Amino acid sequence: MGLFDRFKKHDQDRLEEGLEKTRTSLFGKLDRLVRGKDTVDDEVLDELEEVLVTSDVGVKTTLDIIDRVEARVARDKYVSTKELQAMIRAEIADLMLGDSAERPAGFDAPLPHRPYVIMVVGVNGVGKTTTIGKLAYRYKEAGKRVLLGAADTFRAAAIEQLDIWAERAGVPIIKQKHGADPAAVAFDTLQAATARDVDVVIIDTAGRLHTKGGLMDELAKIKRVMGRQVPGAPHEVLLVLDASTGQNAIRQAEAFTESVDVTGLVLTKLDGTAKGGIVIGISNEFRIPVKYIGVGERIEDLQVFDRRAFVDALFK
Amino acid sequence: MFESLSEKLEGALKTVTGQGRITELNIATTMREIRRALLDADVNYQVARDFTERVKEKALGGEVLRSVSPGQQLVKIVYDELVHFLGETHHGIELAPVPPTIILVAGLQGSGKTTFCGKLARYYKRKGRAPMLAAADVYRPAAVDQLKKLAESIGVPVYALEEDGQVVQDAVRVASEAVAEARRNARDILIIDTAGRMHIDERMMQEVQDIKTAVEPHEILFVVDSMTGQDAVNTAREFNERLDFDGVVLTKLDGDTRGGAALSIRSVVHKPIKFASTGEKLDALTEFYPDRMAQRILGMGDVVSFVERAQEQFDEKQAARLQKKIRTEEFNLEDFYEQLQRIKKMGSLKDLLGMIPGMGRQIRDLDVDDDAFKHIEAIISSMTVEERLNPQIINGSRRRRIARGCGLEVHDVNQLLKQFREMKKMMKTMTKLMGKGRAVDLSALMGGR
Ligand SMILES: Nc1nc2c(ncn2[C@@H]2O[C@H](COP(=O)(O)OP(=O)(O)OP(=O)(O)O)[C@@H](O)[C@H]2O)c(=O)[nH]1
Ligand SMILES: Nc1nc2c(ncn2[C@@H]2O[C@H](COP(=O)(O)OP(=O)(O)OP(=O)(O)O)[C@@H](O)[C@H]2O)c(=O)[nH]1
Ligand SMILES: [Mg+2]
Ligand SMILES: [Mg+2]
Repeated sequence: MGLFDRFKKHDQDRLEEGLEKTRTSLFGKLDRLVRGKDTVDDEVLDELEEVLVTSDVGVKTTLDIIDRVEARVARDKYVSTKELQAMIRAEIADLMLGDSAERPAGFDAPLPHRPYVIMVVGVNGVGKTTTIGKLAYRYKEAGKRVLLGAADTFRAAAIEQLDIWAERAGVPIIKQKHGADPAAVAFDTLQAATARDVDVVIIDTAGRLHTKGGLMDELAKIKRVMGRQVPGAPHEVLLVLDASTGQNAIRQAEAFTESVDVTGLVLTKLDGTAKGGIVIGISNEFRIPVKYIGVGERIEDLQVFDRRAFVDALFK
Repeated sequence: MFESLSEKLEGALKTVTGQGRITELNIATTMREIRRALLDADVNYQVARDFTERVKEKALGGEVLRSVSPGQQLVKIVYDELVHFLGETHHGIELAPVPPTIILVAGLQGSGKTTFCGKLARYYKRKGRAPMLAAADVYRPAAVDQLKKLAESIGVPVYALEEDGQVVQDAVRVASEAVAEARRNARDILIIDTAGRMHIDERMMQEVQDIKTAVEPHEILFVVDSMTGQDAVNTAREFNERLDFDGVVLTKLDGDTRGGAALSIRSVVHKPIKFASTGEKLDALTEFYPDRMAQRILGMGDVVSFVERAQEQFDEKQAARLQKKIRTEEFNLEDFYEQLQRIKKMGSLKDLLGMIPGMGRQIRDLDVDDDAFKHIEAIISSMTVEERLNPQIINGSRRRRIARGCGLEVHDVNQLLKQFREMKKMMKTMTKLMGKGRAVDLSALMGGR
């Protein structure tokens, strides 16, 4: 089953229209250019540059990719259209982690720890709470006992929002009142998880810009406190990135990695026209795999990341 | 970054110096650097290309001035063009002759619409108006709750439609009824919050169009996250085609995004950017200033915001004295200490320092909160007057003595000295670069404007 299936279906009918309108879906463009040509010329490389830059891959990573492609072309003498395309894709995919070891295990697979604690972090409005709702649903469906912790005690109605997601997913939630100490909520949640014999705990945190030192420290503290209750917790720290974000995502990855040691990325809002190309450089530079993607606002709109499908989508 | 851009340009433009005129040939590399800087700032690919083309035309044939280096000259052209492009004057919202003024707020998911609605309501309330909010996001979990909580915190009424504790799933109806309600209660401004939506989601785009048709808003604002990358052109274009909005709101500008999306959006939809949202709290709303945005895109930091707050603390005489010191490189730790005392009165130190170009990162590393601030004070306090006046004499043994004196590590002393040196360098560059600039000169920075 293609993991991008839903994505494709969702987008299929709008694809043609979108292609024309946005001119960012450049696989078609590249295809047109390469068709009938046997070698990579500057025009193709220029096109490739445009495809990548307009997908938010960033100038630096784009140049890296172009270098790699050129080096490979110099090595392999004759290149057919098909080969060229495959080559370009392979070079890009290679930049991202994504071997089976880094791929998240299926939701029904046995978990390495019990309770398995996931902490979700990111800047404001990227889709943390929604992703938690989706993850909870997946784990629940796979037969796991899930518990959510509402450690965003800051944003207006953040607790209520997670509460609704908990209800939709059919999982319990630990919460305190608005303004409570988020670390205390996280601690309580882990305590409850131990007492209730839960499999998976997912902690929501308030959105925060990575430039705010005090808030980043608070995040580090939430993390530390969890480790005190459950050794090794959190076992997974997911940084949520919005696919429409540009180069600032690098800063985000850098700062969050520094303060809470991110172990995986979630790329949300891929159901729009943004390609989320920024994760290529991030995955490469920080050696963090992309684990999941968000493709809509419904509870089922979450997929396990597939880097080949992702790269293919860059050229669509 | 600005520094490094202009440094790069210096290098690229060495050939120009002495040639007297800027020609196509001698600025090719420079144009590439500028284009790259724009792309790094998330300006759309095509927009960046068009923009550099225009800058090139402006620059070509221009005389190479003697007083500044060609690099500085070009950066100045880029900067001026950017400011011009972003819209020179401030555009506000025009209130309707017959109240209520209806303001419709739309945009992508998570861009900051609901928060902005709260901010705008607060803004009008403080101006003595009677705003009201309408909760027309009937989909997102707890969206109505969120708006209600924000409204409650500022004492503004909200119109929401709930039956049996459930939100009624009819955004058009909520909006229409809210208008009637506003009239009934003599509220003179109605701000309608809508659900986040993807520009390619036909059903949702139709819905917001239907709201527009139903309430005939006086003002439609498109809310965009300033961290948006290349896709900004697509979303802005689509929302504009559907809604023909009147203005743009840029959010999350309190971060370190370069905000090139602002330029991209301006160039595809030609609509003014009206507000800047700079924080999660409801007071974090400002008018949009093109010059600040241009500085930001070029990586100069939000110098002007810093300037404005500084103005409240520094009088003209002091400013002139300081400016001279900076120019002549006499600015020393004693002055720095004095400045810190004033800055302390200006608000959150971290925020302020964060506005200084190139300081953002160091602050995070240093963790300048009140404690760290005390550290700086402590370190400077344990220096001798001579050391403060001539920081360059502070050698290893002096550093150790200072560290001992204030109970900190030598490392801390080193950090401070490094930071001080960088700050000095930055200030000097700014005076040089912007000395004749329209927006920032150092007399302004220190209050003498
Ligand atoms: N189209 C689309 N919308 C999404 C996706 N994920 C989240 N959203 C929407 O994005 C908006 C923000 O999502 P939240 O989950 O509240 O984001 P958050 O990161 O928790 O936000 P804060 O807690 O305020 O920082 C909501 O309107 C979500 O419905 C996605 O994959 N696709
Ligand atoms: N740092 C910062 N955060 C902001 C700003 N504006 C909004 N936010 C935060 O961004 C997140 C999303 O804001 P909302 O106002 O809920 O965004 P929205 O567009 O209404 O989201 P949806 O209704 O889900 O589409 C929240 O965490 C806000 O607190 C801003 O200017 N700066
Ligand atoms: Mg949230
Ligand atoms: Mg909202």
